[in-house]
Amino acid sequence: MLLARYLWTFLLRPALTALIALRALRRNKLRSTLTALGIIIGVASVVAMVAVGNGAQARIESQVAALGQNLLSVFAGSRRSGGVNTGLGSASTITLADANAIAREVTDVVAVSPEVSSTAQAIANGRNWSTTITGESPDYLKIRDWKLASGAMFTEREVRAAAKVAIIGSKTANELFGPLNPVGQAVRVKNIPFVIIGLLESKGAGMGGQNQDDRIIIPYTTAMKRLTGEKYLRSINLQVGSAARMEAAQQQITSLLRQRHRLTAEKDDDFNIFNQKEIADTVGSISRIITLLLGAIAGISLLVGGIGIMNIMLVSVTERTREIGIRIAVGAQPGDIRLQFLIEAITLSLLGGLIGVLAGVGASRLVGMVADFKAVVSTGSILLAFGVSSVIGIFFGFYPASKAAGLDPIEALRYE
Amino acid sequence: MSTQSNSAPLIQLRDLSKIYRTGEVEVKAVRSVNLDVRCREFVAIMGASGSGKSTLMNILGCLDRPTEGSYVLDGAAVAGLNRKQLAVLRNRKLGFVFQGFNLLARTSSLENVELPMFYTHPLISLHERRQRAVGALEKVGLGNRLGQHPSQLSCGQQQRIAIARALVNRPELVLADEPTGNLDTRTSIEIMGLFQDLNDSGITIVMVTHELDVAAYCKRMVVMRDGQVISDTPTENRRFAPQELAALDQAQKRAQLA
Repeated sequence: MLLARYLWTFLLRPALTALIALRALRRNKLRSTLTALGIIIGVASVVAMVAVGNGAQARIESQVAALGQNLLSVFAGSRRSGGVNTGLGSASTITLADANAIAREVTDVVAVSPEVSSTAQAIANGRNWSTTITGESPDYLKIRDWKLASGAMFTEREVRAAAKVAIIGSKTANELFGPLNPVGQAVRVKNIPFVIIGLLESKGAGMGGQNQDDRIIIPYTTAMKRLTGEKYLRSINLQVGSAARMEAAQQQITSLLRQRHRLTAEKDDDFNIFNQKEIADTVGSISRIITLLLGAIAGISLLVGGIGIMNIMLVSVTERTREIGIRIAVGAQPGDIRLQFLIEAITLSLLGGLIGVLAGVGASRLVGMVADFKAVVSTGSILLAFGVSSVIGIFFGFYPASKAAGLDPIEALRYE
Repeated sequence: MSTQSNSAPLIQLRDLSKIYRTGEVEVKAVRSVNLDVRCREFVAIMGASGSGKSTLMNILGCLDRPTEGSYVLDGAAVAGLNRKQLAVLRNRKLGFVFQGFNLLARTSSLENVELPMFYTHPLISLHERRQRAVGALEKVGLGNRLGQHPSQLSCGQQQRIAIARALVNRPELVLADEPTGNLDTRTSIEIMGLFQDLNDSGITIVMVTHELDVAAYCKRMVVMRDGQVISDTPTENRRFAPQELAALDQAQKRAQLA
C-alpha cells in the first residue's frame, strides 16, 4: 500500500503525465518540430563548433610539436644598417664558442646543434635545384624529433673532419633524383661534391608555411669552412631535458651569453631565444579562446532556442486554457498541471538536444571532410549541450507551467 | 459522515456570502445563504442571471471559496482549505456536468471518462480504471461508443459522456450547471430522464437552471434573487421523463397529421 503510493507519487504519476504531454506534442507535430528545431540548431552548433575548434587546436598543436621536443633556439640578434633592419640571425654575434659554452655550462641542455645556413644551387643527376643548405651537428635530428627514411646521420667524427657528407630532404631528393634512392649518390653545392648518406622523412609544411622537406643538411664545420667561410653562427638549436626546465634553461643561457658578450646591464640582448614551449602555450591558449568563443556563440543560439520553447509553451497554455480548466475541475492539483506542461517543455528540449547532438556530430564529420583537419567531437561538449538543453527545458518551461497551474478553474472553464 | 446517514446533511451552508471587489465597487454575489442538502436529494437552484446561482454553484463545487460563512461538505469544512485540498475534494466527492459539456477534444469517450481517475490518490490500477469507465459509459447508454471522439457524437451523446465522467469516481454529489442549456427539447428530456434514473439509484444531484420546465424534473426547487434564497419548496407537479417523451411523441404526431 505504502509502496504503491510511493510508486504512484514518484514514478507512475510522472510517467502517466509524460504520456499526456507526449500526446499533446504529437497533436501539434509541425509546431513541436519547429520549436524543437531551435534547440536542435543550438545543440548541433555547440557540438559542431566545439569540435571544429578542438580540431583546429589539435592541428596547430601538432604543428608546434613537430618543431621538436623542448626546443630552444638561440638566434643572433638583428642588425641595423642605415635604418634597415636585416632580421633575426643576420647579425654576427653568436659563435661556435658560445654554443660550446652553453653545452658545457647549462646542465639542463641535453643536445646542441650550431646552425649555419645559406641558399645555394644543388646539382646532381643532371638536374639542379635551389635549396637551403644548413650546417648542423649530429644532434640536430634528435632535437627536431626527425627521423631518416633511409641511410644514417653523419657522426661526430665526420663533423670534426668537416667531411663532405649530406643528408637530403625528401622534396629536394625528389626534385634532383625523382624516384631514385638518393643515398649513396653525389650532389654538388658551390662546386663542392657531397656524398648523400641519408634521406629525411617527410615533415610537411612548417609553422610559417615553408616546406621543411626542401633542404640539405651537412656538418656545421663543413658548412662554415667550405660554404660560408664565416665563423659566426645563424643560430644554436638546443634541446632541454624536460619541459619543466625550459624556463630555467632559457634564463641560464641568457645570462651566460650576456656575460660572454660583455653586455652591461643597460644594453639589450644581442641575441634572441625562441622558446618552443612558450610558442606552444601561446598558440594553445589562443586556440582555446577561439574554441570558447565559437562555443559561446553557439550557446547563444541554444538560449534563443530555449526562449522559443518558452514562447510556444505560453501559446500552448493560452490555447489549452479550457482543457486545463477541465482537468482542474475533475480534481487535478496545481502540481499535476505544472508537471504536465513542464514535461512537455522538457520533452521538446531533450528531443531537440538528442537530434541536435546527432546533427552536430554529422556536421563535424562534414567539416572534417572539407577542411584539412579533423573536427574532434568531445564527449564533454555533447554532455554539456545535452545537459544545458534539459536545463533550458526546465527553466523556460517553468514559467508557462506555473502559469497553467495557477489558472482560476472558473475562468479557465469559461475561456473561449 | 457517511452517505447512508440521514441525520447529517451532505451539504450544509451557514451564512454563506461571496463578495467580489472590482476596484471601488463591491458586489455581493451571494448573501448569507443557509441551505441544507441531504443524501439522495435532487435539487434545482433557480434564478435569473445575476441572481448568484452560478456563484453559489462554484462554491458548492469547491471551484471557488466563500468570503464569509461556512460550508460543510460530507462532514468536512471547505472554507479553510487550500487549492490542493479543494482539488482532492473535487476529485473524490464531486462530479461536474456543464452546459458546454467540457470534454477534451480529440480524445476518445473512454479516455474522457477515465480523466478524473487519473488524478485520484492513491493509484487506481489501469485495469480498474478501464472497467469503471466502461461501466459508467454503459450506465449512460453509450457502452458502444467507447472509441469515438466528442466531435463524432451528437450533443446529447456528448452530455452523456460528461455525465459518465461525473459518475466515474463514485461521487457523493453531482453538480450540473445548466446541463440542458445547449440541447433541443427531446434531448433535454432524455438527459433529465437520465438524471432522474441516477437519482433513483441513490445519487444526490444539485442542478442550476433558469428554466422552470427543466427544474420541474427535480424533487426540490430553491429560487434565488439578488444573492439570497427567496423560496425553497418541494416540486409541485413534478415531471417524469417517460411521460414527457410520450407526450412529445403524440404532439409531433398530431402536428404531422395536421
